[in-house]
Amino acid sequence: MASNWLSQLFTVALFNLRSIPARKGSALTAAVGIAGVVAVLTGVLSIAEGFRKTMTSAGSPDVAIVLRAGAENEMTSGLGRDETRLIADTPGVARGAAGPLASAELFVIISLPKRTTGTDANVPLRGVEGTAFEVRGNIRMLEGRRFESGKNEIIVGAGARREFAGLNIGQEIKVGRNVWTVVGVFTSGGGISDSEIWTDAAVLQPAYNRGPTFQSVYVRLASPEDFGIFKNGISKNPELKATARTLPDFYSSQSEMLSQFITVFGVFISVMMGLGALFGALNTMYSAVASRTREIATLRALGFPAAPVVVSVLAESIVLSLAGGVVGAAAAYWAFNGYQTSTMNFQTFSQVSFNFAVTPLLLAAAIAMAAILGLFGGLFPALRAARMPIASALRDS
Amino acid sequence: MSAESSDLVRIEHVTKTFHRGSEEIHVLSGLDLTVARGEFLALMGPSGSGKSTLLNLIGGLDRATSGSVIIENDRLDELDDRQLAAWRARHVGFVFQFYNLMPVLTAQKNVELPLLLTHLNRRERREHAEIALNAVGLSHRLNHFPRTLSGGEQQRVGIARAIVTDPTLLLCDEPTGDLDRKSGDEVLSLLQSLQENGKTIIMVTHDPHASARASRTVHLDKGQLSTTGPE
Amino acid sequence: MKFLSLIWSSMKRKKLRSVLTLLSIFVAFLLFGILCILKESLTGGVSATDAARLVVRHKVSFIQMLPQGYANRIKTIHGVSLVAHQTWFNGMTKTMDNASDVVVPSFPVDPEIFMKIYPELVLPASQMEAWMSTRTGAVVGKTAADKYKWRIGDHIQLTSPIWQTEAGANSWEFNIVGIYTGAKKNTDLSGFLFRYDYFEEMRGGLDKSMVGWFGVRVDDPQQADAISKRIDDEFANSPWEVKAEPEGAMVQGFIQQFGDIASIIRAVLSMVFFTILLISGNTMSQAVRERFAELGVLKAIGFPNGLVLMLVLGESCTVALLGGLTGLAMAWVFSLGGSPVPNFLPVWYMKPQDIYLGMGFALLLGLVTGAVPAIQAFRLRIAEALRRDA
Ligand SMILES: Nc1ncnc2c1ncn2[C@@H]1O[C@H](COP(=O)(O)OP(=O)(O)OP(=O)(O)O)[C@@H](O)[C@H]1O
Ligand SMILES: [Mg+2]
Repeated sequence: MASNWLSQLFTVALFNLRSIPARKGSALTAAVGIAGVVAVLTGVLSIAEGFRKTMTSAGSPDVAIVLRAGAENEMTSGLGRDETRLIADTPGVARGAAGPLASAELFVIISLPKRTTGTDANVPLRGVEGTAFEVRGNIRMLEGRRFESGKNEIIVGAGARREFAGLNIGQEIKVGRNVWTVVGVFTSGGGISDSEIWTDAAVLQPAYNRGPTFQSVYVRLASPEDFGIFKNGISKNPELKATARTLPDFYSSQSEMLSQFITVFGVFISVMMGLGALFGALNTMYSAVASRTREIATLRALGFPAAPVVVSVLAESIVLSLAGGVVGAAAAYWAFNGYQTSTMNFQTFSQVSFNFAVTPLLLAAAIAMAAILGLFGGLFPALRAARMPIASALRDS
Repeated sequence: MSAESSDLVRIEHVTKTFHRGSEEIHVLSGLDLTVARGEFLALMGPSGSGKSTLLNLIGGLDRATSGSVIIENDRLDELDDRQLAAWRARHVGFVFQFYNLMPVLTAQKNVELPLLLTHLNRRERREHAEIALNAVGLSHRLNHFPRTLSGGEQQRVGIARAIVTDPTLLLCDEPTGDLDRKSGDEVLSLLQSLQENGKTIIMVTHDPHASARASRTVHLDKGQLSTTGPE
Repeated sequence: MKFLSLIWSSMKRKKLRSVLTLLSIFVAFLLFGILCILKESLTGGVSATDAARLVVRHKVSFIQMLPQGYANRIKTIHGVSLVAHQTWFNGMTKTMDNASDVVVPSFPVDPEIFMKIYPELVLPASQMEAWMSTRTGAVVGKTAADKYKWRIGDHIQLTSPIWQTEAGANSWEFNIVGIYTGAKKNTDLSGFLFRYDYFEEMRGGLDKSMVGWFGVRVDDPQQADAISKRIDDEFANSPWEVKAEPEGAMVQGFIQQFGDIASIIRAVLSMVFFTILLISGNTMSQAVRERFAELGVLKAIGFPNGLVLMLVLGESCTVALLGGLTGLAMAWVFSLGGSPVPNFLPVWYMKPQDIYLGMGFALLLGLVTGAVPAIQAFRLRIAEALRRDA
């Protein structure tokens, strides 16, 4: 019985496959349509994915940042020398050879010409203390050396060097009335720090008429579990008006608007295009069924049950969609994965460089979507084929 | 030359060759035929002998490979596609075996179709269509769609569409081929009465019953015409 | 016109297919419309700028401040007619649901000069008078007023992480005395303006008498670049060097910082269009191919080739325009609803040029998708078309 059913299925599927060359035009357009949809989807979502990856990969949970109470970001924050000392001495902070692992930092923005367009864009220039490297824990020099304290020397993040002109080792940049020399290139492993330029906070302060003030303090916690103690210590200290956050928490709040925007944009386009493709797939399959009306009716007249007809139409639709999906996903991977770009993060008012990331998960999701489009695109036409009144369908032209 | 003026259709040394791949199919080879004004000619012959092909040539739907097709005073081979279309609109009505009605149009709209090519206004088109449908006995079916009509009725709508422009020549390709005897007879009677009203009719048919209604019968076989049927 | 009903009935022939094709075109144009709105929202700041206005800021970056006294020096420069300063206040208020704090774009300004330099902000004369006579008075844009349910007469508080009062408080008190509207469609109405004299008197800290940047009105827009240069030179080698540029150039530079947004949107659009073109083009030619017999009959009846061609083109254009125009209309309706993210994209409308462009695209889509089947129909040999039927 089962084998009988199988052979029926096989026969019908064979009919079906044999009829594809006769309508290869429409079969091909259906597949290419799905491929286009999948490629766009994957491309747009890979932007969101890449951006998210950059913004989250940098923050290790045992690093915390302290800002003035009420400040959403470093630019609107301000802390005096006394306050930064109190913060460094708060319980929960890890200690190194030279005392607590805390770095009081300054954050300013400078304009530099972008490589691609030659027009100015904002780059964060961060003044850090010597402990900053140990506090972050993930900073690695790619070229050159660290800046020497007290000198007008800077090191540049790999992303910043890529996006902006004139940031190679030995080159000089003029900011205001000061000239700084690039002495090294560093990376934080693709994180947000890669878009920054660093120098000695003690040099940056006078250059910016800042006096002995800072904007943030980064601290390494003894362990991630100590964050509660540390946070409490900060907020309970009557001499401090500051709040502490873990770095992952802070980074994700910093990128919230942009990543939300990209994701909403991506999902919106996906839904719309998915709908467009679904209508297209439905159309193709309805006409495939229409062009086979007489053939299907003949099979039914010969006594074939409805099921193999349904299955064969569904199978064709899903196979076409999957083929399109795989091609589209592959094209998107080839075209977009690792594509380097930068954009402005409105919340920090400065450039973030990141790579489009076509992750395996994204690829799988895209292909799964193609299959679903195929399933729905085939289902209704298949049912129509099975319900066709045989007698009149036999006379169909 | 009085004979010439009474001849409506003159076909002289007409050949028609089809190419199927590299193979040549000689369907008509040097064929001559004249049809007088007011005649009802039945064209018979085995399947594949080229009856439809010949009818298409007469109706200006296709062009002869060589030879000339002259209808009234028009040499069809000298008309370009545009002129041919305009000529068809004025002079010929077609009746098909499978009716070929537009499924999305009502009987009346189907009949009005050829009138769209004339200068008649909407109301006049309507009237003409009603008259034609009345002539085929379908005035009670004006607003029916083809699929709600029987085969015979559909074919009568087809005939109404063919005569609505009042053409001189009516070309019918197996008009009863898809109909039962009774409906077929009705259609044939209709054609006969049209002949009596002065129309010239050429009808392809396989049915001796049908050819019996015609005023003359010719047989087509192996690319040539004969007045006698196959032995 | 008498052929219109013919086109219409052949569209009705395969209702489902026509509807599906219409829907996919509809979706494409809805997407087109919305992407246009979005693009305008992201890049349209330039068209909202005034060619007779310059912005003068600290040479290093916007976030660094300049002495307020520079206003007088700028004013003496040849070609400058008015100078108004503003400062980023970063005032924050609670969201309507009280769940979190949001930043209101807020600036201490000198009301009289400021409103002269920015005439696109429309404030009724009585409200202007009230503002002049209320030291703690503030005027807010219509968008902001609607969003936070602020009304004239309200007494509100904003907190600023940057600016503390001399007494060390973060919280600032204001009285809403006016609500301004926009003279143009793309005027940003999400702002909050209050009096600089109040701000200057109350604020503490190092930056007293420092302001964010200057808006400068020039006599002759043609001279904007030259005047910018003169301003730059005036302050060269001073402790606070400045960068002056026309407002349009500044916004342009700001937009450029978003990077390839416009080109990404363009790329997405062309992919979408290509895909839809393919799908609907295929459907169209399929529909025509299935009707070859019918078209053959029309020709047999005497319809000239040209007319048959027009019928097919007419049909494809009708489908494309119907789907396209409803899609555009829908996008337009969507634009009326206002920005879903007013804080971040305050300007949200559909440019008439984009609507015309969309209509053009719809027509083009109809012509392109109809072209191949129309030519096929034009060339169709009657005898063959009729044979297909049997
Ligand atoms: N367009 C074409 N291309 C190739 N061969 C054709 C074409 N049209 C007709 N033929 C061939 O010409 C021959 C005559 O065809 P035609 O349709 O005229 O026959 P018929 O006499 O009308 O047959 P029936 O009685 O079956 O309708 C057939 O062999 C047919 O295969
Ligand atoms: Mg025949």
